[in-house]
Amino acid sequence: MAVGDYLRERFFPHIWCPGCGHGIVLNGLLRTVENMGLKKNDIVMVSGIGCSSRIAGYLDFHTLHTLHGRALAFAVGVKMSRPELTVLVPMGDGDALSIGGNHFIHACRRNIDMTAIVMNNRVYGMTGGQYSPLSGYGTMATTAPYKNIDQEFDIVNIAAAAGATFVARTTAYHVQQLADVLEEAIRHKGFSVVEVMSQCPTYFGRKNKEGSAVDMMEKMKTLTTPIGSKAKQENPSLIERGVFVKKEMPEYCTEYQKIIERAMKGK
Amino acid sequence: MGGRLTFVQGNEACVEAALYAGLDFFAGYPITPSTEIAELMSVRLPQKGGRFMQMEDEIASICAIIGASLTGKKVLTATSGPGFSLMQEGLGFAIMAEIPCVIVDVQRGGPSTGLPTKVSQGDVNQARWGVHGDHSIIALTASNHQDVFAITVEAFNFSETYRTPVILLFDEVIGHMRERLEIPTPGEIHLVERLKTSVREGVDYHPYLPREDGRLPMSDFGGVHRYNVTGLFHDMWGFPSDNPRVVHELLRHLVDKIEGHVDELTRYKEYFIDDAEILLISYGASARSALHVAVDRRKRGERIGLLELQTLWPFPAALVREKTKNARYVVVVEMNMGQLLQSVKEAVERPERVFLSNRVDGVLITPEDIRNILRLIQGKGV
Repeated sequence: MAVGDYLRERFFPHIWCPGCGHGIVLNGLLRTVENMGLKKNDIVMVSGIGCSSRIAGYLDFHTLHTLHGRALAFAVGVKMSRPELTVLVPMGDGDALSIGGNHFIHACRRNIDMTAIVMNNRVYGMTGGQYSPLSGYGTMATTAPYKNIDQEFDIVNIAAAAGATFVARTTAYHVQQLADVLEEAIRHKGFSVVEVMSQCPTYFGRKNKEGSAVDMMEKMKTLTTPIGSKAKQENPSLIERGVFVKKEMPEYCTEYQKIIERAMKGK
Repeated sequence: MGGRLTFVQGNEACVEAALYAGLDFFAGYPITPSTEIAELMSVRLPQKGGRFMQMEDEIASICAIIGASLTGKKVLTATSGPGFSLMQEGLGFAIMAEIPCVIVDVQRGGPSTGLPTKVSQGDVNQARWGVHGDHSIIALTASNHQDVFAITVEAFNFSETYRTPVILLFDEVIGHMRERLEIPTPGEIHLVERLKTSVREGVDYHPYLPREDGRLPMSDFGGVHRYNVTGLFHDMWGFPSDNPRVVHELLRHLVDKIEGHVDELTRYKEYFIDDAEILLISYGASARSALHVAVDRRKRGERIGLLELQTLWPFPAALVREKTKNARYVVVVEMNMGQLLQSVKEAVERPERVFLSNRVDGVLITPEDIRNILRLIQGKGV
């Protein structure tokens, strides 16, 4: 199937700015779906609010565009009711970790079989460039005109600490790794989190003088390194990419099926 | 009726009724005085192959049931005032996206954490106006366990018929009091099942294109039709739109589908109304004390009656206007500062003869409280 067959072309053009990284994530995701041979009727995509969350509307799956931060809570209801469906949850960094932080850690803890794709562009883009919990100390934003004094989260560390059974990080620059990691995440039986560092040249880039989209992607190449690389040992400030956590734990829907069987037997 | 006889709490009656109505999925968060509903659901739902989830908070609870409803399931959550406040965001989404679901609010004293274990009817206006933006809503209540059962089944039926969330506004007294409940036999109460689309696979399905009767047949998530659902204003495909005509038509549709069916949605009971000079209007636990007063005074030959409302929203204004036509005095009996009183005053011909008998201290309003107001109105002193 051609990638275009997964798109709702009726709803184009999309809303993303020129140079936005989210389109690359979309591309990577569709190639993953195609490679895996997933059927469109078997995929439910649940998203929240923000630039990244608009991905859902453009795709020819069952798509649920919900409330800011709440995508995972809606997704849990879908998955529990139809465990055989593949549930994908594209999220933004503010969406997932600020307003949706509570739902995020509890989804990690519960280990319900779905995939959260956190597109981390370190900014609230749709509202015009305010700082997010991922912007980091010292960055500039429209609500941090004297520099941001908020410390940042590390998505990988939070997800791992909260109990996610698959945690990975990649970037919009590393498209091949993006597709590979997404496939591994979707195949994983349990809650999987994939952080994708994405560029927002319009707001984060402009406010922080990071140059064009190409310049920002160039930085993703130079400032990241595969997990455990020699480069990391020599330069600890490099951000690691790859699969950080992959472990087997009881999956929620499977465990609930056992409860149903026990309850039906009257035990 | 020839059903099973039980002696249960109102919360249990609600659970029995939801299961009778075909509930598949419950998500909730512990909160007094509604918790028994969640506890019982965790036992009963898996016994029939359904699913129960305790979520991280009430926001997640309502979101989860909306997600489950989209896969074709009948869904419920239960909470009390503080949790109901948190649910307003999800409630608005269910209204906008037209997702059937039922929300129980077993009311307790508020605002804020208020009186967790004491009775109140303080959420009547929150049920109507808690959601931001123009909208309409269905909110139902009952004053005894047999009626709790019937109205709970009705809530699911309305929810499916009108593709909208329905609120069950119970209160702490009804929720925790034990009394007789005869569980109807299967088939005794009519059940409305989801209206599914007849559009075949491969043919363009418009999830938000109403039929001539205003109803929108659904297609389950995971089924053969793939479409978009959003809390933004949307066109017939469910895709976001800010086209003024699309926006106007959708908002009118959301309001009209409820306000245009007030008669079909109105449930009430009446006692001694025909010749009543004094008409009590009440609902929920308050209506029990009001009925006691009406029965008691009738024995002494006083012309007093009771109109017990079970549908609070949409407010049955025409019914109230009709029933209060011949009364000299109307007394609204409720456990809040007069939340339904305002709607009654707007509905009647002479609002100056409408009085309030209330109690807002966490104690069930008593027949004596109501009699004191009647003495004042009748100029007999207290």
